[in-house]
Amino acid sequence: MNKKSIRAVVKIKRTASILFIKGGVLPWFLGLAVIGFGLTNENFLTERNLFGISRQSTYLVLVAMAQMVVMLTAGLDLSVGVMLAMTSVVSSMTMVSLWSGYGTGWESVFIGCLAGLGASVGIGTINGIGVAIFRVPPFVMTLAMSSIVFGLSLTITGGTPIYGVPESFANVFGYGQIGGIAVPVWITVLCIAVMYIFINWTPMGRYLYAIGGNIRAAGLSGINTRFYLLGAYIISSVITGIAALLLTARLESGESNIGANYPLLSIAACAIGGVSLFGGVGRLSNVVLGAVFIILVQNGMNLLRINSYLQMVAIGMLLIVAIIADNFRQQLILTMSEQP
Amino acid sequence: MKIRHQEGLVSKPNKARTRPLLRLENISKYFPDTLALDRVNFDVCSGEVHALFGENGAGKSTLIQIIAGVIRPTSGTVFLNDEEVIIGSVQHARELGISAVFQEFSLIPQLTVEENLFLGSEQLVGPFLDKASLHRRACETLNSLGFALIPERKVMHLSRAEQQMVEIAKAFRTKPSIMILDEPTASLTAHEANRLYAMIEVLKDEGIGVIYITHRTNEIYRISDRITILRDGRQVATVSVADTSEEKLVELTVGRRIEQIFPEINTQSGRLLLDIKWLNLSNQVARDVSINVHAGEVVGIAGLVGSGKSEIGRACFGLHKIRTGRIAYLDDPVYDSARRINDLSPRAMLDRGMLYLPSDRRVEGLVMIQNVRENVSLPSLGLPKFSSGLLLNRRSERDIVGEVARRLGLNPIGIERSLEHLSGGNQQKVLVAKSLVRDVKLFILDEPTVGVDVGTRASIYRLIRDVCEAGAGVLLISSDLSEIVNLTHRAYVMHRGELCTELARDNLTEQALLNYFF
Repeated sequence: MNKKSIRAVVKIKRTASILFIKGGVLPWFLGLAVIGFGLTNENFLTERNLFGISRQSTYLVLVAMAQMVVMLTAGLDLSVGVMLAMTSVVSSMTMVSLWSGYGTGWESVFIGCLAGLGASVGIGTINGIGVAIFRVPPFVMTLAMSSIVFGLSLTITGGTPIYGVPESFANVFGYGQIGGIAVPVWITVLCIAVMYIFINWTPMGRYLYAIGGNIRAAGLSGINTRFYLLGAYIISSVITGIAALLLTARLESGESNIGANYPLLSIAACAIGGVSLFGGVGRLSNVVLGAVFIILVQNGMNLLRINSYLQMVAIGMLLIVAIIADNFRQQLILTMSEQP
Repeated sequence: MKIRHQEGLVSKPNKARTRPLLRLENISKYFPDTLALDRVNFDVCSGEVHALFGENGAGKSTLIQIIAGVIRPTSGTVFLNDEEVIIGSVQHARELGISAVFQEFSLIPQLTVEENLFLGSEQLVGPFLDKASLHRRACETLNSLGFALIPERKVMHLSRAEQQMVEIAKAFRTKPSIMILDEPTASLTAHEANRLYAMIEVLKDEGIGVIYITHRTNEIYRISDRITILRDGRQVATVSVADTSEEKLVELTVGRRIEQIFPEINTQSGRLLLDIKWLNLSNQVARDVSINVHAGEVVGIAGLVGSGKSEIGRACFGLHKIRTGRIAYLDDPVYDSARRINDLSPRAMLDRGMLYLPSDRRVEGLVMIQNVRENVSLPSLGLPKFSSGLLLNRRSERDIVGEVARRLGLNPIGIERSLEHLSGGNQQKVLVAKSLVRDVKLFILDEPTVGVDVGTRASIYRLIRDVCEAGAGVLLISSDLSEIVNLTHRAYVMHRGELCTELARDNLTEQALLNYFF
């Protein structure tokens, strides 16, 4: 090999590693997935399928953002799944009991949504109190809460779905479209915008990073760490509640079992998006892309007729690979910064 | 034996002494933006105590970290028994017979003394722990050192001095040929320190070479045979203790820089800022302490680690529990146990214009994964100049922090760099910068120059002068004697939780302070 080609190879290697360092694993994962599924399946890149992916992504994008808020503070929320379930059950039961069966039933939808959000915020507040005031480790607190809430929602429903929510609810928030884009997608975009401003442009957003980075230094800087930790869990539960309402509209029923996958998937989306499990690090845009990526992979595997059991295997493996790649990236950053 | 020294005095090799166990030649160590060690030569012989002396940031800890295998030198050679070695890790150093006792304890608090002693080299019977033999050997080790420790006690229940003993016993257990002691008496009482000196005599008799780091000249004269003096990463001299007077030693250590490092502070003391009366802290760490600070004044609190000086500062910021006493800030009672007033919290005191900068910047002071800008503005984000209503004003944040960074000479680095990539000195500047973007009337600085280079020290001292001349008060908590002597208008001395004296400017000398330390 002559010198020129060696130099070219070195240059490409260096550019690739800089890209990897700056962007993390996500761009590579996304690119590989799009190319891979696009080549193996002609239906993957069709307009119809992409529309479907965008709508399917909304729920996980929202829950992943909720998860991110908590993870920034070096926490973890394993109860997002049951929060979805409880919100769904409470909102649909309220709607069913209030709706006369005639007319559009918007009043009952409105009150039902408020009741559902109330349920999720209630769960979030208890999580927050446990973690921030009583210093229960987030892992234990939210794991215990997921058992408690799941048990309660099964008790309330007897394990059966709750049917009979007003059709208008499902028609607008589940299946509606504005300008060729699904209503849930619009709502999610709005939530992303609000979250973006919250995380990057408000003092509280900054405080969450600081608390996750070094809670003692944050406290010495005059930040009321308990208050903001509690706030993080409450904000997280509001977003999860919104996701739950959209999901209920989509399913036209309230169910206790809808959220089982979400703790894993939302943590995976955050981790693939570069949110540190130790807190203080993470970007909203990457978390959104991480969630979209997971849905993309699921969709691609569906098109390839890979059965759902094997899909679980694939998602778990992706999560581990993402973490290993990120560790590798951290080492690379260290070695690059040591070079003069 | 050919050793090149760069400057200063060089002792003639003592004929009576055996050949060196360990010899370092031309050791240099570069960190990203500092040269921590510059071609240093060092050796230690069997049965001698070789002291390392120098100011904070002189390179002592870098040197022993290289010897102990924690870090590797950028260049230079290490010889062990005249054979060239590359010490790859702490484990490797231990196998070579080099044991280190660092200031940061390497003990697991939840385990017992004996479990800690044998951690990593447990006695086994088949696949199981041989607890009986472990216990017996732990007792043997402790007895041979004359340490009265109960092997079954958990380390977390021991005092700092006792933990220090466990640490020493752990290093001693492997029967090393070289032992490194990094300021072992920093947290010991005089009685305990005497026991340690006796123990070092035992080590010497067994032919162990001891490398001893200390800040105290009296210790050097008591136990060591030779001294190597480091300053700014360079080896100033290696001298034998017997031939060197104390004045000479101080002169070599401090050099001529002393006038340049410490600025002249010309201020009149103004109104009373902080008035502490009969303060008693929980756990008896401070008893009946009364201290006051006026505007335009630098007041020192000197004392050893564990003397309670740090806790006084922390208590004023709501970080340490108070049992009884009164604290008034600007004539406003912020704490009064009799009247049940307690307004102390970081937020409340920040809003009143008091700021406490902790001594451990990594643990308490800074968010290491965030960048300079985010760290500097963190305590002040609620101020109108940083946020308008709900949203942050990021442009003004960038401008204000950029301006402060320029003042501190941080600008070549840029305010968007993560703190993890900054040198210790620059990290300390960022910590100080936190106080400069808001209106502070009273600065409580807890060891503001620990582990930073001379240049940063000088700029921090100039900053103290600037804020002081601008009318603020400074409470300087420090175990660095030269800092107290040269910078403060008057100083209190703490010893084992009690205020032993207050020294006015005219009586403030290192010797006077030391007399009260022990």
